[in-house]
Amino acid sequence: MAKITLKDLSHSYLKTQSSDTDWAVRDVNIDWEDGGAYALLGPSGCGKTTLLNIISGLINPTKGDILFNDKIVSNLNPVERNIAQIFQFPVIYDTMTVYDNLAFPLKNRKIDEEKIKTKVHEIAEMLELSSTLNNRASGLTADGKQKISLGRGLVRSDVNAIMFDEPLTVIDPHLKWILRSKLKELHQKINRTMIYVTHDQTEALTFADQVVVMHEGQIVQTGTPVDLFEKPKHTFVGYFIGSPGMNLLPCRIKEGDVTLNGKKIDIHNKIKSNNFNKTEIGVRPEFISFSSDGIPVKILSVSNTGRHKIVDTQSESGKIKMIAKTSEDIPSDSAFLKFNKEYTYAYGDDWIIE
Amino acid sequence: MNKTINQKAWFFVIPVFVLVAFNAVIPLMTVVNYAFQETFGNNVFMWEGTRWFKQIMLSERFHASLGRQFLFTFIILFIQIPLGIAIALSMPKEGMGVPVCLVLMSMPLLIPWNVVGAMWNIFALPDIGFLGHSLNALGFDYNFTQQIGDAWFTTILMDVWHWTSLVVLLSYAGLQSIQPAYYQAAEIDGASRWAVFTKIELPKMKKVLTIAILLRFMDSFMIYTEPFVLTGGGPGNATAFLSIDLVKMALGQFDLGPAAAMSLIYFFIVLLVCWVFYTLMMRNEGNQ
Repeated sequence: MAKITLKDLSHSYLKTQSSDTDWAVRDVNIDWEDGGAYALLGPSGCGKTTLLNIISGLINPTKGDILFNDKIVSNLNPVERNIAQIFQFPVIYDTMTVYDNLAFPLKNRKIDEEKIKTKVHEIAEMLELSSTLNNRASGLTADGKQKISLGRGLVRSDVNAIMFDEPLTVIDPHLKWILRSKLKELHQKINRTMIYVTHDQTEALTFADQVVVMHEGQIVQTGTPVDLFEKPKHTFVGYFIGSPGMNLLPCRIKEGDVTLNGKKIDIHNKIKSNNFNKTEIGVRPEFISFSSDGIPVKILSVSNTGRHKIVDTQSESGKIKMIAKTSEDIPSDSAFLKFNKEYTYAYGDDWIIE
Repeated sequence: MNKTINQKAWFFVIPVFVLVAFNAVIPLMTVVNYAFQETFGNNVFMWEGTRWFKQIMLSERFHASLGRQFLFTFIILFIQIPLGIAIALSMPKEGMGVPVCLVLMSMPLLIPWNVVGAMWNIFALPDIGFLGHSLNALGFDYNFTQQIGDAWFTTILMDVWHWTSLVVLLSYAGLQSIQPAYYQAAEIDGASRWAVFTKIELPKMKKVLTIAILLRFMDSFMIYTEPFVLTGGGPGNATAFLSIDLVKMALGQFDLGPAAAMSLIYFFIVLLVCWVFYTLMMRNEGNQ
């Protein structure tokens, strides 16, 4: 049970670092509140797993500190940090029974045999593994094995946090859903900090209260799923979350006014500075509608997903995707688009201008 | 799946049949032929039934060489398997050390058998060999050409030198295929180094070790060239293992009938031991 703090944390797998890209994780500052359900979201290779392994103590960071309840634990090993971690594919001890697998972390900590027995049975009950306790673990299906991995983390009642490293990768799609709700349920029951690494936005948004988005080794935004959707702080969050992602169009900023191909656009954020190499305007397809006057576009194609229609359009500044209701009539050739001011932002060098 | 029936496909199997016939079936059948008959040359054969088999099975000479053979095989397995695993465990897992170790380890495997025998013969000679001379200089009364114990010691040492690498390479391959997550999970579970070895590494190496033990059993059980060049089966018959004894009988004494019968018995022992061992090792693989 602990609040976990990462302070000015950077890690590189190289001996010497010359540019930003040599860092797997850089300048990370974050607090993980005790008992929170967090998702660490980002594409493959963005440093999620590295960050997770740094928290659990499997990797020693090049720079910075890890604090548990404001106490520095950077030099402690995984056992001393008392962390549980569940990996991408199920890790089980093949030769042992399910019972012995679950009891293994406790036996290694020389815990009383009777206590182990009650604890293992309790966890097996929770994970619906009771009927298989005496079977060899190697005979179980992938989801059964992943439950054992999870169980090995849960048997220790005093763990500081439970980390999941894309735990559902090898699970069948129809079982993913069940296991994910199980995790959510477990979080409510045991109320321990859980950090869930994934590159799947659905998984992240359904599991977590707080989503941490990573991009090229940096944390670009932390917030609730609604925050990430309504106010992306970085263009990456804009197009990575949402389907289809945010439209990003090159724009001009002059004296606080944002113009798109000479036409002034109303945006949510106030612009104070204007020292950027690249300025873009970002708006989600959900917040665009047809109007009698606005940005002139040509309709390229319309695809009906069943729930809504996705309309591809071409404007002078680039392609724009918008979402329309299935009942809505789509103009056949050219039209005008209007952006909802509340959810339209200007970005400078990929970061929101504030 | 629907299979097309096409009898012409048999045509493509013919080359394999011919090849196997010439390199295995026909020579084996010749041996079978000799095993049941007596011949004095000139293609004259007399039917002897199972006489040679009875003779071999009851012969003390066969019992003695079979005993020596099993003893030798067990000793070298007992040394090479644990030693091979230990070396594989201590080899580097990444970096420049890996290719260096692998090449060094493969060296003994690339040397022809008779060269190994000749090398060790010269190396161990008590008067001029480095090993033999050094041991004597250190005060040991070492002479592998005269003393049974020394002959066994040298033969076993030579085999360990020549073949431990095979076990090392196989074990190393097995170890390298273990995903890092297993070690990480064990670290988080607080497992000791010994527990990591017995609960993760050994079970994951089971298949390659089965292959290693089988290969080393078969090769050492059929060993011929190296001890033949090193000791010639001596002193006396002390290191005359099965194949050395067999060649003596077949080519030295020209007892083709008993030698053929012995070959067949020899062959069935190898087959039986391998089958029993493999079945036992793989017994738990299929079921849950």
